[in-house]
Amino acid sequence: MIRFLLRKTVNIVLSLFVLATATFFLMKAIPGDPFMQEKNVPDVVRQNLIKFYGFDKPMWEQYLVYLNNLIHLDLGMSMRQQYQSVSDIIARSFTYSLQLGLVAIVVSIIVGIAVGLIAALYHRKLIDKLAMLFATLGIAVPNFVLGTIIQYYFANKFRFFDVAGLNDPSDFVLPTIALSVLPIAFIARLTRSTMLEVLSADYIRTAKAKGIGSLTILIRHALRNGLLPVVSYVGPMTANIITGSVVVESIFGIAGLGKFFTMSVSNRDYTLIMGITLFYAAILMFARFLTDIAYALIDPRIKMMKKGGGGHAAG
Amino acid sequence: MNDNDTVLSVKELQVAFRTRSGEVQGVRNVTFDLKKGEALAIVGESGSGKSVTAQSIMRLIPSPPGMVKGGTIQFNGQNILKKSEKEMEAIRGKEMGMIFQDPMTSLNPTMTIGRQITEVLIKHQNMDKKQARLRAIEMLRLVGLPSPDQRFSQYPHEFSGGMRQRAMIAIALACDPTLLIADEPTTALDVTIQAQILELMKDLQERLGTSIILITHDLGIVADMCDRVIVMYAGKVVEEGTKDEIFKNPKHPYTRGLLRSLPRLDQPKDEPLIPIDGTPPNMANPPIGCAFCDRCDFAMKICTEVDSKMITHSETHASRCWLHHSSYREE
Ligand SMILES: Nc1ncnc2c1ncn2[C@@H]1O[C@H](COP(=O)(O)OP(=O)(O)O)[C@@H](O)[C@H]1O
Ligand SMILES: [Mg+2]
Repeated sequence: MIRFLLRKTVNIVLSLFVLATATFFLMKAIPGDPFMQEKNVPDVVRQNLIKFYGFDKPMWEQYLVYLNNLIHLDLGMSMRQQYQSVSDIIARSFTYSLQLGLVAIVVSIIVGIAVGLIAALYHRKLIDKLAMLFATLGIAVPNFVLGTIIQYYFANKFRFFDVAGLNDPSDFVLPTIALSVLPIAFIARLTRSTMLEVLSADYIRTAKAKGIGSLTILIRHALRNGLLPVVSYVGPMTANIITGSVVVESIFGIAGLGKFFTMSVSNRDYTLIMGITLFYAAILMFARFLTDIAYALIDPRIKMMKKGGGGHAAG
Repeated sequence: MNDNDTVLSVKELQVAFRTRSGEVQGVRNVTFDLKKGEALAIVGESGSGKSVTAQSIMRLIPSPPGMVKGGTIQFNGQNILKKSEKEMEAIRGKEMGMIFQDPMTSLNPTMTIGRQITEVLIKHQNMDKKQARLRAIEMLRLVGLPSPDQRFSQYPHEFSGGMRQRAMIAIALACDPTLLIADEPTTALDVTIQAQILELMKDLQERLGTSIILITHDLGIVADMCDRVIVMYAGKVVEEGTKDEIFKNPKHPYTRGLLRSLPRLDQPKDEPLIPIDGTPPNMANPPIGCAFCDRCDFAMKICTEVDSKMITHSETHASRCWLHHSSYREE
């Protein structure tokens, strides 16, 4: 177990290092500096700015300083948001994205698995067909369309909810729907297809031959095996959702991470871009890490712990 | 035949499957009895309806597409086909156990072997976890697994194929069932391990007095451990008799062909195997006459028109062939 965790952690750190290096040099490869657009800045000010951000130093020195700061979780100062550090901006905006994201994830997992299970149990019946129709729609309709429509009807027209912001619990409803529909559809389809496969597996027949009731078979024998693919989808999806959706955040006016990321790109806010990119990557890898652990806990065939000499089978 | 001795009585069983190419007749009017402590073999080419017969007895036919179209199954004095699903759950695993062909896929990969045995004990024997554990370890020992205490908490992937099949046997016999059905239990195993598993089944059957239905391709197995043999072809019983009657005096041309075509563990290697020419009929549209007549060297006109009844050769021996009808024998 310890070895497994250690190996994975080293892996993550190495990947982040490679990524940090790559983003650094890619940023440097972009022609021009962040202050080029501002035409009416006097030359002196401009030189001062360049000096402040260390852009006058040789490339390798900039790189080393950058790495050193990174180790101390210092992502530098934003180049556009005055007097704000990148870490602060990320921390503040991430709170919103994380809150909304977690709600959306819980909803997606519960509803997705439930719909998928019901569809599998009523295979080829009307419920199954309706569920899969819904799932196909959920995958086909882009979330900016869905987000705009539900905002128009439920906030603008009927005023059930506020149009924008994330101030009280009811504000979560519409953005959560907009965020969850796609993952729900995906999880439902995945759950259904793996459950159908699992339910026709030989060991399910064995369980029936043992006289185990169908509900117990479903919960005790099928679910655990059937949820493996779902777990591997949920990991990266979680990372994706909690880092904020650009589209949903801009529709519902949420000052989340997605919003700042688009802003940083259009502003050429180099430090913020690099910071958010690294943050995204770290979250993604962490989610993967958790997925791997979950996987190993669910499936004993995945060797996580080194049990003394166990797995040797002989005639 | 004393009725009190009869554990299982299958009469005129008909099972069909609804498929795209029409209704496939899996089992057509199968009738047989099984006595207490008896070992019965069902042999026949693949597709002849052996597994469907076995699964009907356990009421494990997947439905849809499968359906029992007729007949009765009488087991320990109960009408199996009239039971509710709940009542069947109480019978399965307790009064009848089943071993399947592929031990690699028949055990749940995410559950320990021990749990897969205790599960059936807790369900049927009113045992608590501790009692079930003791009994499960005893079962693992009984089926010849070394260090059963350790094996108890291992997962199927830590077992070899032969060991998994031993574990399957332990599960099937855990509640001391009256009837054990083994559907090609050694087909997926290495030849050397096949013999060990059979030895074990034979030994346990004798010790526990369990009745066995053994489905197999391998006539060597039959010779080794069965008292009586049923030969199936295209969903019907074509011959039935004691082991000696089937091996020494086969009556149906299909049985004879089978004896020539299938390998036997107990046979000298240099004896040539002669396969039966042709293929079994399409069971979505089975022939009205004898299903074997296209492949039969002795087929007569009547064979294509009407199928024969079972013709009795002795108290225990019968076959479904016009050749043995008194009125057609001269042909
Ligand atoms: N689930 C099913 N769907 C359709 N046909 C089936 C199904 N199961 C069995 N059959 C048909 O029933 C017949 C007997 O099959 P089976 O009993 O499995 O043969 P075997 O003697 O090899 O065990 C075959 O013709 C097979 O195609
Ligand atoms: Mg079969």
